[in-house]
Amino acid sequence: MIHIQNIAKAFGEIRAVQDVSFDVARGELFGLIGPDGAGKTTLFKILVTLLLPDSGSATVAGRDVVQDFRALRQMVGYMPGRFSLYPDLSVEENLAFFATVFGTTIQENYELIRDIYVQLEPFKNRRAGALSGGMKQKLALCCALIHRPDVLFLDEPTTGVDAVSRKEFWEMLQSLKKHGLTILVSTPYMDEAGQCDRIALMQNGQILAIDTPTGVENRFAKPLFAVRATDTYRLIQDLRQAPFTITCYAFGEFLHLTTQDSVSTGTIDTYLTERHHKQLEIKPIRAGIEDSFMDLMQHG
Amino acid sequence: MDNAVTTNRLTKRFGDFVATDAITFSVAPGEIFGFLGANGAGKTTAMRMLCGLLKPTSGTATVAGFDVYTQSEQIKQVIGYMSQRFSLYDDLTPRENIRFYGGIYGLKRTDLKTKADAIIEELELGSVADKLTGSLPLGWKQQLAFSVALIHEPKVVFLDEPTGGVDPITRRHFWDMIYAAAHRGTTIFVTTHYMDEAEYCDRVSIMVDGQIKALDTPGALKKQFGADSMDGVFQILARGTSTK
Repeated sequence: MIHIQNIAKAFGEIRAVQDVSFDVARGELFGLIGPDGAGKTTLFKILVTLLLPDSGSATVAGRDVVQDFRALRQMVGYMPGRFSLYPDLSVEENLAFFATVFGTTIQENYELIRDIYVQLEPFKNRRAGALSGGMKQKLALCCALIHRPDVLFLDEPTTGVDAVSRKEFWEMLQSLKKHGLTILVSTPYMDEAGQCDRIALMQNGQILAIDTPTGVENRFAKPLFAVRATDTYRLIQDLRQAPFTITCYAFGEFLHLTTQDSVSTGTIDTYLTERHHKQLEIKPIRAGIEDSFMDLMQHG
Repeated sequence: MDNAVTTNRLTKRFGDFVATDAITFSVAPGEIFGFLGANGAGKTTAMRMLCGLLKPTSGTATVAGFDVYTQSEQIKQVIGYMSQRFSLYDDLTPRENIRFYGGIYGLKRTDLKTKADAIIEELELGSVADKLTGSLPLGWKQQLAFSVALIHEPKVVFLDEPTGGVDPITRRHFWDMIYAAAHRGTTIFVTTHYMDEAEYCDRVSIMVDGQIKALDTPGALKKQFGADSMDGVFQILARGTSTK
């Protein structure tokens, strides 16, 4: 449904997107995961025909993003990262406006947005500018869907949104998938990657890896341990000094420690006990997306 | 030692709307205090009152011993503030940003030079010290912004979503800097949407609809709500209120 081949785009000296290629299948929920500055937004703008690539080619729903841009714009829904609605129009007016621009009506495609829009209907006369963050995001999603696009592009829909609203948003995407939509979504939150069918990890304009979330996790090849003790600050310092340590980073209530091969929990325990750490807990663990991302960032 | 922050039934109304509803808590010197809540829960309003930028409607609060009603100018001298939106001037170099903020806080010319050199060395910014700040990667900017927020050795530093959008390694370097500052005795008051970061705080408060619904160490909160992570605690407290 999306076919990207060797796309590159530079702004002056900054190479925002460098030789990126991947495909997204029909009906797939595909995640572009990476921090600010990775090149996610630039790639999105190229795919929705708002920016011309310097080189390479791409098609969306079989249409070329450069040659067939007019036809393509009818077929894609795009929710940009920044709030993109008219703050002085009401909720209902915004939705009606986007429907009209695409030559349709709210009624015609209501069934697609119903589950989301019912949550907004009590506020349909409120100005969009006066909505809370979570509600703005839901309205923007409705506006991107109202012409029943084949492919939905969501650029960082959950950035700056609290953990509860983020979870609700992903639940909405899962139910939209059932309507057969192809969805490309970007996010800087690694913990959201698991919601996608496949993901591309992106950093400094380049793709670090493309795989299923589990596939990405399985690429992590070093021994990995979760470690905890009473004094976290001193524990980090000590573990970073340890001869067997490759990296040591905080991960929630535990530290994640990557070590050289042939290091056991016993080795770590002895080292830390000698340094008088209390209530030690050390266990080997499977890597998560964030562990893999950090490893790929450092070692390519 | 006196608390770094205290509030007693601190309240702010905008017309009929109660943005911050009688919140009471205190933060000890050198503590890392996580201030969590859903979007629109009232965190920003509470923070603006504590920074001396907004007069409360009722209740009391002190920051570093100064009263938020009568001593807001003194408060501004002894706090640091950093957010993702307001941090540095993109059109100045890192060195100029350091000099500018140091100058505003009244640092002496000789101290400024020493401070600037120390920050640039600590953050390994030597190669870009004379380039425009706007051209630096976000992670570097955020770490520089944090150092600048600490330049006048504030008693309390307020961090409003300091790590939003930052890559996972830089995010952890940032928390290393927070730990180090707290270790030196600076009180850290921080908001975040990353629930793993809530685990790094000494204590965490969770605001829902203007009120503090829970306040304790991450360990105690998880026990209290029978959750295995701070994300679990947050989902239990904040779910059902986020659709407003």
